[in-house]
Amino acid sequence: MLSQQKEKEIALVANRIRETIIEMLVAAGSGHTAGPLGMADIFAAFYFDILKHDPHNPVWAERDRLMLSNGHIVPVRYAAMAHAGYFPIEECLTLRKFGSRLQGHPERLRLPGLETTSGPLGSGLSQAAGYAYAARMDSQTFRTYCVMSDGEQDAGNTWEAAMFAGNNKLANLTAVIDRNNIQINGMTEDIMPLENLRAKYEAFNWHVLEVDGHNIRAVVDAVDEAKAIFEKPTVIIAHTIPGKGIKEIEFDYRWHGSPPGKGPTDKIPADKQSSVFLQELRTLQGTITSEHE
Amino acid sequence: MFVVTAHTRENVLLSPAGDRLATRDGFGRALLELGEKNKQVIVLCADLAESTRVLAFKEKFPERYVEMGVAEQNLAAVAAGMANYGKIPFITSYAAFSPGRNNEQIRTTISLNNVPVKIAGMHAGVSVGPDGATHQALEDLALMRVQPNMAVISPCDAEEAYKATLAAANHPGPVYLRFGREKTPQITTPESTFELGKMQLVWVGESPQVALFATGPLLHNALLAAKQLEGEMSVSVTNVHTIKPLDAKAIVAAAQSAGAVVTIEEHQVAGGLGSAVAEVLAATYPVPMEFVGVHDQFGQSGEMVELIEHYKMGVQHIVDAVRAVQKRKNI
Repeated sequence: MLSQQKEKEIALVANRIRETIIEMLVAAGSGHTAGPLGMADIFAAFYFDILKHDPHNPVWAERDRLMLSNGHIVPVRYAAMAHAGYFPIEECLTLRKFGSRLQGHPERLRLPGLETTSGPLGSGLSQAAGYAYAARMDSQTFRTYCVMSDGEQDAGNTWEAAMFAGNNKLANLTAVIDRNNIQINGMTEDIMPLENLRAKYEAFNWHVLEVDGHNIRAVVDAVDEAKAIFEKPTVIIAHTIPGKGIKEIEFDYRWHGSPPGKGPTDKIPADKQSSVFLQELRTLQGTITSEHE
Repeated sequence: MFVVTAHTRENVLLSPAGDRLATRDGFGRALLELGEKNKQVIVLCADLAESTRVLAFKEKFPERYVEMGVAEQNLAAVAAGMANYGKIPFITSYAAFSPGRNNEQIRTTISLNNVPVKIAGMHAGVSVGPDGATHQALEDLALMRVQPNMAVISPCDAEEAYKATLAAANHPGPVYLRFGREKTPQITTPESTFELGKMQLVWVGESPQVALFATGPLLHNALLAAKQLEGEMSVSVTNVHTIKPLDAKAIVAAAQSAGAVVTIEEHQVAGGLGSAVAEVLAATYPVPMEFVGVHDQFGQSGEMVELIEHYKMGVQHIVDAVRAVQKRKNI
């Protein structure tokens, strides 16, 4: 049971993760903004409560495995790992730079703790399902998690994996779909409608939960419920707001693939984007004033 | 005078029909042995258990056999997850589908991820016959050899396929293994050595004038061509069972000694063995080369022998290529 104090702490960490994401993307000059901001609460919940892990021993055999399928939101993972103590926060500023361990899309062999290599969409759930299947063969007790995007539900490979995991009743596998309703070309329901997503996964023999992806308690509770389902894999459809935390870009699909400074300029001029974003995050959208004036 | 080396059977040039075996059968035999020896070995099959020769493994080790259905993308990426965990998965389908259909999954989740998945591509080449072009993989060696970390093996007969499969299981990284459907001549013996990355001289005449490099069952046609050329021209024939890592040193040595090269493969000339050999020789010791293989065409329905002839990979085509390359050398 998550204490109120812990819940508050995780929410604060999530906001620090958002600040780090903006700083990373500004330093990199490229990368995705909306998705990482939208998933900050969920990654904070994973790294600061849900996961059984040791930041100082990322290859600990009994750790839970967190696999990221939509590799393009990896800045949120790097930031969460850094804040959890896997590596110094300063290293986040090397994102996408030559020689960095923090590649534009995650590579397992570059940075301990990443678990897998991903970016091309649609194959992360397969990798996670294979991992969970093999672990179950050896009666391992750790859990395997897979974070996916909603856009990659377009990919046939995703459904091959869903069919495989459902057929094999991989109860040690929990997937989380970032249901932020955007993809690069527009809104998911305009590009290639996904609904009824719940019914689709249920038809593939999954246990389906839906949560507000910014309600940390709800996310933690959903993961706990998944642990109690023994005959099916569970998918948590997490409804999130792309660009969460910065009101000018929330819900705007045009921020899917743009970094601060290179995004749409109809609300904030390019040269002001990074400072306005950080100001908003540091003041919780202007609700805190004393510390920052 | 020529010498058939210790790697080859005594009656290799006769190849009685009753003595033939498909390379896929050597794979199936090795899997059964691996099942006993190594508990980490598992087999994933995309709805082709009988024809990919994993049925016996399935029956003997059902708990280590995983049915994937007709889903080759998932086949590759699930195996990547299993290998990442610590298993040694063999994935089986037809080469046209794996690595044909699932090339990106292999690239990202197996090769870049550098996990020890063993990809067994069956029914390679036009020799699968009546199924036609859709099922005749002629580009699989090219697809696999351009991926860093991936080893690529194309055995010449069932005995070598057996040894190659055992070697693949012991290799620390990902491996692509190429197999054929049809029964083909037995060339090597149980005593022949097999070392991944080390090619084998199987025929050497006195002061060879042309070096033949062959991969897969077409090695037998290369031997028959060498026999036919006896008295006219002395050649060497080498079995290049490992396309990657290529035994570059031995290739250069053979090219230096002969001064001309012919490559023989049941594959597109673009990107396969011939290309791999040419890359090495162009950079180190350029000599005239001829390429026996499929020249930018798809296959079609037919019987193995007629297709091999139609696509100019028969014994006479190899003989012609040897004569042609010899002429170019003398210019």
